[in-house]
Amino acid sequence: MTVGQPDNDSGMFGVSGSGDTSGFGGLVRAEPGAAVVGHSTERPYGGYFDEVADLLQGAPGSLFDNSVTRVVVDRGEITFFVRPKHLVALCQHLRDDANLRFEFCSSVSGVDYLDTGSVGVDDPDRLHVAYHLTSMTYRRRIRLEVTAGVADPHIPSVTGVYPTADWQERETWDMFGVIFDGHPALTRILMPDDWAGHPQRKDYPLGGVPVEYKGATIPPPDERRVYQ
Amino acid sequence: MSTQATQTDPYAASSRETTEGRVYTVTGGDWESTFTGDIPAEERLVVNMGPQHPSTHGVLRLVLDLEGETVTKARAVIGYLHTGIEKNTEYRNWTQGTTFVTRMDYLSPLFNETAYCLGVEKLLGVEAPPRAQTIRVLLMEINRVASHWVWLATGGLELGSITAMTNGMRAREKCLDILELVTGLRLNHAFVRPGGVAQDLPEGFEERVRAWADGQEREIEGVRKLLVGQPIWQRRLKGVGYLNVEGCLALGITGPLLRAAGLAWDLRKTEPYLGYENYDFEVPTHSDGDCWSRFVVRVEEMRQSVRIVRQAVDRLEPGPVMVQDKKIAWPAQLSLGADGLGNSLEHVKHIMGQSMEALIHHFKLVTEGFRVPAGQVYTVVESPRGELGMHLVSGGGTRPHRVHVRDPSFVNLQAIAALSEGGLIADVIASIASIDPVMGGVDR
Repeated sequence: MTVGQPDNDSGMFGVSGSGDTSGFGGLVRAEPGAAVVGHSTERPYGGYFDEVADLLQGAPGSLFDNSVTRVVVDRGEITFFVRPKHLVALCQHLRDDANLRFEFCSSVSGVDYLDTGSVGVDDPDRLHVAYHLTSMTYRRRIRLEVTAGVADPHIPSVTGVYPTADWQERETWDMFGVIFDGHPALTRILMPDDWAGHPQRKDYPLGGVPVEYKGATIPPPDERRVYQ
Repeated sequence: MSTQATQTDPYAASSRETTEGRVYTVTGGDWESTFTGDIPAEERLVVNMGPQHPSTHGVLRLVLDLEGETVTKARAVIGYLHTGIEKNTEYRNWTQGTTFVTRMDYLSPLFNETAYCLGVEKLLGVEAPPRAQTIRVLLMEINRVASHWVWLATGGLELGSITAMTNGMRAREKCLDILELVTGLRLNHAFVRPGGVAQDLPEGFEERVRAWADGQEREIEGVRKLLVGQPIWQRRLKGVGYLNVEGCLALGITGPLLRAAGLAWDLRKTEPYLGYENYDFEVPTHSDGDCWSRFVVRVEEMRQSVRIVRQAVDRLEPGPVMVQDKKIAWPAQLSLGADGLGNSLEHVKHIMGQSMEALIHHFKLVTEGFRVPAGQVYTVVESPRGELGMHLVSGGGTRPHRVHVRDPSFVNLQAIAALSEGGLIADVIASIASIDPVMGGVDR
């Protein structure tokens, strides 16, 4: 995977495809950002992030080295990329350690990184699941991120540590097809039970209602001409 | 009714043998005529409540296992209002996203918009000007009062207090009048935009909102007098739907439910945004963790919101309501002409007659939108129902790569089982009402 390379498809003004010559796109290159690419932030992270990272590194059984693959600090938020195998153990430690006390799991959400940078259909890092944890005791927020490919979309469920993840993991299964091993009842939650496919994946066909007007049809949104 | 008649009745209960004994499917009718003499000694009723039940706040479906009138199991089924808003935003530009997210939790549209716009601004690295921030605070607090009025009105109606409904809806309409004055719409405003708000406040707004605040204080006091000492209201709510702080944290419950359990967790205080640290207000809490304490907390929150609105009006300073960066700010300078609201004549003159670059710029920004540097953020605001979070991911283009909404109604609804199992079926209604779920936000 060659993520992290500059995007060669876009021209000088960050424009791709539309033939924009106005320069409106400015000089902001569409660089694959911290969320997308495989880079890691160097210390110091700033703020309380260093303290959290230190506390994690001091965790018994070299938990940090086993579980965290890289750390990204971007726009005042810290993201720990975690190996799926150690996710539950890490969450347990984050929740129960007296100096960390991330007792609250705010949000679990999936992201499909298909077609950003060079993430392809079969990329093993294509699907991400982001866990936003909150420490009400210390008023801190961190994000854990776990990746999976569509061929083997298995991630352990954190419902044993954070029961609130129940419905949110069901939603992520429903929308992205991530299988959370150990979830008590991983069924669809928003789509009908007999629905085929996972609608928020980027390669899910949108379809569309063929609206005919004097012979013209309106293509589905993902097949329309776009200005961007 | 004779056996003969029952057999020919097309609406009679059908029955079938299962591994758990004989199971009847009943859709209505009289108990006596449903069973023909073989009523089992032990009854386990599975009642399907909703999704069209009037006291399930929209299209929530509950599957309740009953023994007598006691609920032994409660399961919530959702998704009936799923409209794919998160997916839709991926095919629109960042500004158009406000129009979508405002429709999720339709009782707190301004919170959805503000949370979303704070996320976009964080991704862009810009901050709305002070006047826009004050306007956002002002509108959100008016919206919070309106939302709590709907909770009181619908909850009151479900528990048999028609006066709470009529008074609540009347007071809510006063809030919507103010929002309509500012945004032009009662609901689904799309008024808060990335970089600020769509337009400045109209003339005469300050007097109107001060009069509104006076009126709201009278209405809140009226409801307090009507309900607090009301014995039926007390008996329906006290000791019903209990959930303590540990339960709230495990299930991810925030907002008035968490505060009614005793934890003063309010994002306006704990992680202030839009200058909330400069406002003088209190976070009401209660220690009982039941439906009654949620009622008390919400009524006091309305009073505090009116207090914030008064302070916000006082600190409105003249100034821009949108960032000055013309690569982000919406180019249409709206003004009220003889033919209604539209692009200001000066702006039209400028782009049509004076500057081709301005025309190109207008066109590009409107059709294409602005680029947002790649990255991801998670922003939160305290909505009337708790922590409203927006997880926005940008791939660097003019459209979001992913918009995930952590809607408080969605997460709070997981408490249904904890609140109602072991209680009476009538108390399920009180418990749902005390969660105050908005299905538009739950299903998105």
